[in-house]
Amino acid sequence: MGYEWHRRIEARWVLLTVLTLLAVAVGGLVLLIPPYFLQGTVEPIEGVRPYTALELEGRDIYIREGCNNCHSQQVRPFKTETDRYGPYSMAGESVYDRPFLFGSRRTGPDLARVGGKYPDSWHWIHLHDPRQIEPRSNMPAFAFLEETPLDTALTVAKLETLRGLGHPYSDAEIADAPQDLRTQAEQHVAALRRDGIALSDTEVRSEAIALIAYLQRLGTDIGWRKRPLTTALLQEER
Amino acid sequence: MAAGASAPPSGREELYDMAVVRGFALSALVWGIVGMTIGLVAALQLAFPALNVELGPLHLHFGRLRPIHTNAVIFGFTLGVVFAGSYYGVQRLCRVRMWSDFLSRLNLWGWNAVIVAAAISLLLGKTSSKEYAELEWPLDIAITVVWVAYAVNFFGTLARRRERGLYAAIWFWIATILTIAMLHIFNNLEVPVSWTAWKSYSLYAGVYDANIQWWYGHNAVGFLLTTPILGLMYYFLPKQVGRPVYSHRLSILHFWSLIFLYIWAGPHHLIYSPLPDWAQSLGTAFSIMLILPSWGGMLNGLLTLRGAWDRLRTDPLLKMFAVGLTFYGMSTFEGPMMSIKTVNSLSHFTDWTIGHVHSGALGWVALTSFATLYYLVPRLWHTTLYSLRLAELHFWVATLGIVLYVTPMWISGVTQGLMWRAVNPDGSLAYGFAETVAAIRIYDLIRAGGGALFLSGVLVMLYNVLRTIRQGSAAVPAPELPSGLAAVVAGGR
Repeated sequence: MGYEWHRRIEARWVLLTVLTLLAVAVGGLVLLIPPYFLQGTVEPIEGVRPYTALELEGRDIYIREGCNNCHSQQVRPFKTETDRYGPYSMAGESVYDRPFLFGSRRTGPDLARVGGKYPDSWHWIHLHDPRQIEPRSNMPAFAFLEETPLDTALTVAKLETLRGLGHPYSDAEIADAPQDLRTQAEQHVAALRRDGIALSDTEVRSEAIALIAYLQRLGTDIGWRKRPLTTALLQEER
Repeated sequence: MAAGASAPPSGREELYDMAVVRGFALSALVWGIVGMTIGLVAALQLAFPALNVELGPLHLHFGRLRPIHTNAVIFGFTLGVVFAGSYYGVQRLCRVRMWSDFLSRLNLWGWNAVIVAAAISLLLGKTSSKEYAELEWPLDIAITVVWVAYAVNFFGTLARRRERGLYAAIWFWIATILTIAMLHIFNNLEVPVSWTAWKSYSLYAGVYDANIQWWYGHNAVGFLLTTPILGLMYYFLPKQVGRPVYSHRLSILHFWSLIFLYIWAGPHHLIYSPLPDWAQSLGTAFSIMLILPSWGGMLNGLLTLRGAWDRLRTDPLLKMFAVGLTFYGMSTFEGPMMSIKTVNSLSHFTDWTIGHVHSGALGWVALTSFATLYYLVPRLWHTTLYSLRLAELHFWVATLGIVLYVTPMWISGVTQGLMWRAVNPDGSLAYGFAETVAAIRIYDLIRAGGGALFLSGVLVMLYNVLRTIRQGSAAVPAPELPSGLAAVVAGGR
């Protein structure tokens, strides 16, 4: 038979359990502990800031609707990827992403650099019915986001929770969060109206505005896009 | 040592707790059908976006359905079968009743309550977004409680066993219990925004969060979809064949190397991500090394059939075990290949990954689980299987379904991967993203057909199981047969 020594382990369940625990712990310790202390994986790149209150609410809607099931947020360092999406993703850019949203399947395109790629009105129409923009798209329509008022009851608590985890929000940023959120939403509303989108009172306060604010922020902190695309430029390109 | 080549002590009527096994066998079947039906709907939604519907306040679109599919089939179906099989196996291998009937009930009802709550909360959009760990913090705590109940009960049973040696199946279940506890707790460390809201933020951020998540995610495959299923294979395959496992030495070698190596392979989900290169390379290296212990397990299973290959013609259970092991071998070869940077640059983010997962999940996990259920149900209700021919039909429908699922996903993945990287002579991108979506639509459709076939096989099984239960009876428990005799009875069935 051989392996008589192993019989002694098989006869002792505590020993077997302890050895099993050791066997599965080693790899985890090596892979999880050093990266925590390595600079570069945890230090923000210059210009990278935490999300504003409105963007954070938009991000939580992105998570709630499971957008990450079909959209990655991680541009790989290949020319065909950087040509298609923009500069490859860097570790220091996602330090305020809790949780991370790299994704695992691109049923739709990567969104890591989508901020500023299209005007707000593009996103508004696209969320309402993706096939108005791209007939071949298989993305669900998210028209209901326009009719759902943004719930801000937890906004301050969210910012405080994140500050507790190390996101550098000032006291003023947290105290003024509800007002800042409205101000930023008004900017997006104004941009939409400039592009001829008529918005009802509900739509002005809707979740769609927050989601657009988040999408427009994505990947912009490193300041790579020379000029955000406007409707006029988009038509020019076509 | 044959699986459970043991008999209750003479002169004592040993009655094992089979109620918990019956409960998990049935709940697994229900969750399997729920989870696979949602999977089929989600697959159809990719081809027909109009199927992303709203029913009143419920938003039944792909983004919300996909996690319900994965959670229902992994935690409801697969783990249900694992609970059933391990409760059945550990009592016989230890020749003792479960340590605590209360903990067994807590496990059965607590776990199924968690799955119900999981489905509802995911439908309502309460998700942490981390794959296979989507459930929000209250359910993470509930899972921990139920898992600890299972662990205490399991180890309590080992502690007062009446069999000196612990058989290989038990090693694999121990590894499952310990590792899943470790993975679940560390990946789900999160801070609730308020005690009344189902919303939390991960304790980890960005790349580090990704690192923890795929340490979890890959080992969820390793310790929910591999080790406990190997435990089922080690117990139920020798029982069904009526002969001991091929090599005890191989069991030892592949058990220790499998659990040691598996834990390192997680970073292969993050190749070409901002994760440090050394970690990515470790992930690749250990993934390739994993071929050896994986194939060790496959061979130990397949070679247990030596001298009994002719029975594959007549025994649908053995067909399921054998084809399941073959898919295990195939997907554990494919996985390491996909972890190589060059291949990964093509396969990552495409349907190839979906095909790979399902060749393991449908081929290995589900077929082995079906065989286990077909073995268990007649014994749990003290009768014989209602129809072997329907089980045979199930096997063929399921196998055809897997082929029709996996093959189009390979083609789709390679097609889309090549189109994403295709360039014109001037170096510009050859295809817009939407063109690559349109190109794979036909494969989405074929895949949905494969999934529908696979689901229809489970419906055949449901009918077979219900008829078996009707002709048997749980209320009149016959004395438990000594296990050796049970194997003979099973062999002559």
